[in-house]
Amino acid sequence: MSLFKYAPAPESRAVVDIASSYGLFIDGEFVDGTGTAFKTINPATEEVLSEIAEASTADIDLAVKAARKAYVKVWSKMAPAERGKYLYRIARIMQERAREFAVLETLNNGKPIRESRDVDVPLAAAHFFYHAGWADKLAHAGLGSAPKPHGVVGQIIPWNFPLLMLAWKVAPALATGNTVVLKPAETTPLTALLFADVCQQAGLPPGVVNIVTGAGSTGAALVSHPDINKIAFTGSTKVGKAIAREILGTSKSVTLELGGKGANIVYDDAPIDETIEGIVNGIFFNQGHVCCAGSRLLVQENVHDEVLDRLQRRMGQLRVGDPMDKNTDVGAINSAAQLARITELATTGDSEGANRWSAPCDLPAKGFWYAPTIFTGVTQAHRIAREEIFGPVLSVLTFRTPAEAIEKANNTPYGLSAGIWTDKGSRILWTAARLRAGVVWANTFNRFDPTSPFGGYKESGWGREGGRHGLAAYLKEGEQS
Amino acid sequence: MSGTAYSALIDGTDHSGLSRFLSALPTVDQVGAEGRAAMLGTRSIKTTSKAYAIDTAISMIDLTTLEGSDTPGKVRALCAKAVRPDPTDASTPRVAAICVYNDMVGVAREHLDSIGGQDIRVAAVATAFPSGRASIAVKLQDTRDAINAGATEIDMVIDRGAFLSGNYGKVFDEITQIRQACGSGETRAHLKVILETGELVTYDNVRRASWLAMLAGADFIKTSTGKISPAATAPVVLVMLEAVRDFQARTGKQIGVKPAGGIRSTKDAIKQLVLVNETVGSDWLTPKLFRIGASSLLNDLLLQRQKLSSGHYSGPNYVTLD
Repeated sequence: MSLFKYAPAPESRAVVDIASSYGLFIDGEFVDGTGTAFKTINPATEEVLSEIAEASTADIDLAVKAARKAYVKVWSKMAPAERGKYLYRIARIMQERAREFAVLETLNNGKPIRESRDVDVPLAAAHFFYHAGWADKLAHAGLGSAPKPHGVVGQIIPWNFPLLMLAWKVAPALATGNTVVLKPAETTPLTALLFADVCQQAGLPPGVVNIVTGAGSTGAALVSHPDINKIAFTGSTKVGKAIAREILGTSKSVTLELGGKGANIVYDDAPIDETIEGIVNGIFFNQGHVCCAGSRLLVQENVHDEVLDRLQRRMGQLRVGDPMDKNTDVGAINSAAQLARITELATTGDSEGANRWSAPCDLPAKGFWYAPTIFTGVTQAHRIAREEIFGPVLSVLTFRTPAEAIEKANNTPYGLSAGIWTDKGSRILWTAARLRAGVVWANTFNRFDPTSPFGGYKESGWGREGGRHGLAAYLKEGEQS
Repeated sequence: MSGTAYSALIDGTDHSGLSRFLSALPTVDQVGAEGRAAMLGTRSIKTTSKAYAIDTAISMIDLTTLEGSDTPGKVRALCAKAVRPDPTDASTPRVAAICVYNDMVGVAREHLDSIGGQDIRVAAVATAFPSGRASIAVKLQDTRDAINAGATEIDMVIDRGAFLSGNYGKVFDEITQIRQACGSGETRAHLKVILETGELVTYDNVRRASWLAMLAGADFIKTSTGKISPAATAPVVLVMLEAVRDFQARTGKQIGVKPAGGIRSTKDAIKQLVLVNETVGSDWLTPKLFRIGASSLLNDLLLQRQKLSSGHYSGPNYVTLD
């Protein structure tokens, strides 16, 4: 019973103007799709927000042709510094329209407005600013004196960070001189369509960015189109493997950012209060819909009970509910399908003998919700320790020695992220050097910056995004002739 | 009473156990603590919750004047303000206490009593405030003077030099002696221990000093004298609130927290209340366990209070000088 209850503080949705239907963005204009239009909803309320065109194989062909024409006639011939100017312009417009993007992202994705406002949108703009600077400096990227773009890039992005993943994909592709056909996720197309509006506002030459909406079949048509030079995909490992098979024997390049089962390792000398915050951030940020989530907590056995006590107390304070409320910490699950997946995997935790504890919270009646949950008594043999849940569910395991922590952390088909919590600098370095994970955070978690490369080992993917390393995904090495 | 908490947690009586205990406290990660405090600073407190927060904050203020230029006239004006913060609105809560140097305690007590402010407490800064650089005899006499003049709360400073040189035992002994000088039983003066966090600098030091003061018998731990900057920053208050929370978990005792210095706006005050609410819980949202040492803050709270009730902003001439 709290004396200090926070009154509702809803962000206004008046700033966004959602059309009743949207077409495809091809060659600089919105055109009707020839597939079967589908509805997009607000997962927090199940309210229908708009009707979205589905791109058929023929529509994909039009988009790829537009991108090819823009590549050959305009973008590949443009002076690099001029390309950079467009990216700067896009970045500035994204900042100017930040509130619009944040509200739209929250409405369509279900994530708290605090996160879309403070994380997704500022980071998305930062990616455009960062890559704008690279556009005329590619000769210094370590890829030869005259690296060359691939040409037309097909990009497929997930629903967990719709705008941010768009930025991760589009910004480096454009900076390096490629043109783009991008397919946003089926459940979260709205901010990508608003981005199309930004492209128009920035005067980006038609065809440089094309946005085709649809589900899996649209994505498959994009991947198999013969005039695509490169595929960049972020999503599930299952689809990633299918894409890898599809492009076998073709000349297409590919980068894949796939699943993860990140280990968050807590040593007994960790700064305890900040560690608890890091655990919470690691698994409940964005409802756990994070490929690099710290979904496996590996805690040194001698501090297990204290860590769990503090974690449960802290989870009791998480504010779960209306994503548009500025004080909400945990929002809605993105879709009914994802909720079913989380529920099913968590149920295996129960049936395989792990102990479930959920934060006490009232969940709204409509929409898709899952209470923040932890499982203790989890071992490497549990499915919830091996499979990616992609939801607000944390599996807690213990270890006795640093060597055992490393063995357990690496004993996974994935290798995207890991966290280390200790007050001892030498132990951070020792541990990080042995972890087979693309990103290792020390005494923090889920920190992102455009200058820092991101990507996975093993089944977590191929290639890196961000930083100088990320440029390599969009360039072929070349020398000045 | 303090002895119980101490002996339950610490072996031995020669203070080597105290040093070991303090050194073994969990460390604070600077980036993480500052990040948590900043995140809590984004809480949006509106309408009814804002009205509650403003009135709660007013009732928690230790209305303070600690200047060489303080006079009886100045202190009496402050007392009048404490009793009637907003003369145009009788529903405005009174502040918790007046905080002055010990030579002004008698003036404050007498004037408060004469204007119907018997419920407002008088706090005296003591122990060679603000530097704490004097012998223990002087510090004890300073404390006794204040209590004899009618102070019911003593805001003492710790010996930061002793703390920073690792002489935790000296700091501990001084606090316990001042606590004894505060009296006993019903009439015992409440002891607030000022850590002067701006001179301790690191959050690890803030955590250790918090525990040290609580183990030695502090009723409140207080951030700052107001003479050193930075003072009551949000992460410092967060670390102190965590210490208080953990102390309660281990001893069952509730210790108060008093941020002082640098809290000037309603927004800052509400952020402090959010820190309390989400770190130790709403049990602490009472003047018995949370105080805000301030002077100019009160008028900003009053302006915001008027805005909430009238719907429009007034101006500086619609709140009173003190």
